[in-house]
Order: sequence, then structure tokens, then C-alpha cells
Amino acid sequence: MLAKRIIPCLDIRDGKVVKGVKFLNIQEVGDPVEMGSKYSDDGADELVYLDITASHENRKLFARLVKDISRYLNIPFTVGGGINELRDAEILLNAGADKLSINTSAVKGPELINQIAENFGSQFVVVAIDAQLKDNKWTVFINGGRIASDKELFSWAKEIEERGAGEILFTSMNHDGTKNGFACEALATLSESLSIPVIASGGAGEMEHFSEVFTRGKADAGLAASIFHFNEISIPQLKQYLIEKNVPVRV
Amino acid sequence: MNVVIIKYNAGNIQSVDYALRRLGVSAEITNDHGKILAADKVIFPGVGEAGTTMQYLRKNKLDELIKDLKQPLLGICLGMHMLCRHSEERDTDCIGIFEEEVKKFVPEPGKENITKVPQMGWNNIYDLKNGIFDLTLENKYVYFVHSYYVTMGKDTAATCDYILPFSAALTKDNFYATQFHPEKSGKAGAKIIENFIKL
Repeated sequence: MLAKRIIPCLDIRDGKVVKGVKFLNIQEVGDPVEMGSKYSDDGADELVYLDITASHENRKLFARLVKDISRYLNIPFTVGGGINELRDAEILLNAGADKLSINTSAVKGPELINQIAENFGSQFVVVAIDAQLKDNKWTVFINGGRIASDKELFSWAKEIEERGAGEILFTSMNHDGTKNGFACEALATLSESLSIPVIASGGAGEMEHFSEVFTRGKADAGLAASIFHFNEISIPQLKQYLIEKNVPVRV
Repeated sequence: MNVVIIKYNAGNIQSVDYALRRLGVSAEITNDHGKILAADKVIFPGVGEAGTTMQYLRKNKLDELIKDLKQPLLGICLGMHMLCRHSEERDTDCIGIFEEEVKKFVPEPGKENITKVPQMGWNNIYDLKNGIFDLTLENKYVYFVHSYYVTMGKDTAATCDYILPFSAALTKDNFYATQFHPEKSGKAGAKIIENFIKL
């Protein structure tokens, strides 16, 4: 049976893993390759590396890092951040990335989804959506959640699927950083209306939140950062818990 | 040990090379006929689309070359599909070493958790035929990403269930193939590559 995936997310700045709350109080927490290997040994099913570096120069550093990660890791990993055109995608593909995650660039120029999918396959394109629920409407945000776009979550998700993306990574800005659980209702709606997998992000604080997101939220994968980085929940412990809750996971 | 990875217009061949290096094996990525013929082991990886890939193989006469190889060959994902008789992906006639066919997954709405295509993620493989798919790997989880699957048949060497039972692996004579990506399947995948290299 296809297993539900547990995905630690690592934010990279200037070649180091960093962690901050909503882009504030950013602190270094470790080396990307070392942390990735440790998560892989612990049973993480996949990893996501997001480059939050601003400068062009350090983008090259990131491509080199992707190569190092690819050399060491024997599980799939997704990379994101600063992918604005097909050429960026190609560089990361050649560096060994299994999938790319695009967000702002997809909202600004949705054709990029088609281009990457047609050139490198749907499996290579993950479109990340940051959205906020306000007055009963989910609005899609860009630029790391700083700017509201004119897109609505569910219609945008459908468009992403139709354009050929392989997966959707949905972060609820209302839940992100709260540690009060994932946006299960919106996730279930997304998952039921799409035929591509949905990765849930934002709100994980306890193991129970993962069993909820896989059952009530119908998500295919659950992503989290700080709870794993700061050892609040260990992956072996989480997987054991999910097995007890009859959630299929890889052990 | 002389290992060759067949180079063609497919994505992420690099990760197969890295997986070999982690086992201490250095391979050459090439489409040179002489080098492929002289290799002890040949790996035929693949991420991409069947129609254009088959066109590339024909244009470079790699289809005929692969068919006549006598040394162990391992096809991965699209590489596996290319070794089958026919693929529904762009109605493509493939190399035809295996008689099994490549069909598209049709999602079954209402069947819980099995409404998504591609199958993306870790699934368990069972009924292993032994050989490189050794019995210690029975029921282990390996990593799949695919919208097309290979039907069950006499060459099936491991089974996986997604919407329906399909061939997770095939073997016939010196030919081996996996639908999953052993290079991305953690320790279980590394074991399969190691078994193949040790043949």
C-alpha cells in the first residue's frame, strides 16, 4: 500500500540550514548534507530544501550544494527557491535534484509549469502554494507570504494540475507557525478535487496532527520543519505512532 | 568492474551514478556502442516520456544494441518501459525484450486513497522472485514515481499494488528491470543495485 510520506523541510541560506519564525529571528541550525543524511537514516521519506538566499552569487552556491546532497542522499529530495525560468530548472536537474518546487514564479508566469513539465516531466514539478483564509476566502500569497495575489486557492490548484504539475505543496498561512495542527478542511477539499498528490504544510506541533492530516485532511504527505529540527518530535517515534493509528507509513 | 550507464535524453541520470559511487563503483555515462558492448554491467535508467525516448534510441540504433546485449542489464522506470513490447504512452512500440505491456493508470474515484495518478512515493513490493530481488527484500518499501505501469506476466519478478497489482520488477535471461527507483529507495534500493553489480 502506498505509504503516507513524512517530509522534513530545510531552509537554506548561504549554504547553511536556518530556521526562523516567519522569516524573523533566523538562526543557523546545521549543515544541509549532514542534516539530510540524519533525517534519511531516521526514516524521512523525502526532503525539501528551500533556498532563501537573496543574492545571485549564493544561488550558484546552492546549485553546488544540491550536487553534494544528491551524492550523499539515497532518498528523493525537492529543491526550491529562485527558480524563475527553464534554465534555472535545468541547472538544478543536472545537479541531481529529483523535483523542483516553484511558487511565486508560477503565479507570475504560470506557463513555467507547462514548460518544466513538458521538458523534464510532471514528476519534476511541485507547485507550492501559500494561502491565507480571510472572510471565507483562501487567497494565494507570493514572495514568501508577503504579497497577496489575485488568485484563489482552489481554482489555482486546479489550474496547476491542468498545466501538468506533479504535486501540490499547500501551506496555510493561518496555521503556519502556530503548532495547532494542519488546515485539514482545506486540505481535504484540495485532495478530493485533484488527482495529483497533496503535501500538507503549516501547523504541525504534535504527532496527533499528522494522523489528523492523513485521515481527516486526506493529505498524501506531511511536511514540517522546526518540530524536527529542534527534536520536538523524532521521525521514528512519529512513524511508530502513525502505525498504531493505522496510517500506512514506511518503516 | 566496468559499469556503463546508457546516456540518452532523459532526466536525472546523475543520481544513478551517485548511487553506484556510494557502493564504491564508478560508472561511465555514455551512448557509445563500443563502450556499451564492452561493459560488464549495463544500466538503462530513465525519467521522461516513452515516444521521444524510443525515437532517440532508434535514431542512435541503441534499440538494436540493447536487444542483443548478453551481459546483465538493469532498466529503471522508463528504462523498464522501453524494454517492454508496447507502451500506451503515445502509443509507442518499444524494444520488446519483455512481453509485458505498459499501460496508463486509470484512477478509480471512490476507492479510498487510490485516486491519484501518478503514483508518487513509497510502496511495498512482494512475491519477489529472488535473484537480484532477493527474499530479504520481501515487503520492503521502495520509491515509485509513475503514471504508466507494466502489466503482470511471466517475467514479473516483484509485484506492487496500486489501483491494481502490477509488475514492480521484471527479469528474463540477462535482463532486469524495476519500475521503482532503486537509486532513491534507501537501503532496500541500494541492496538491489549491489546484487545487480555482484551478478
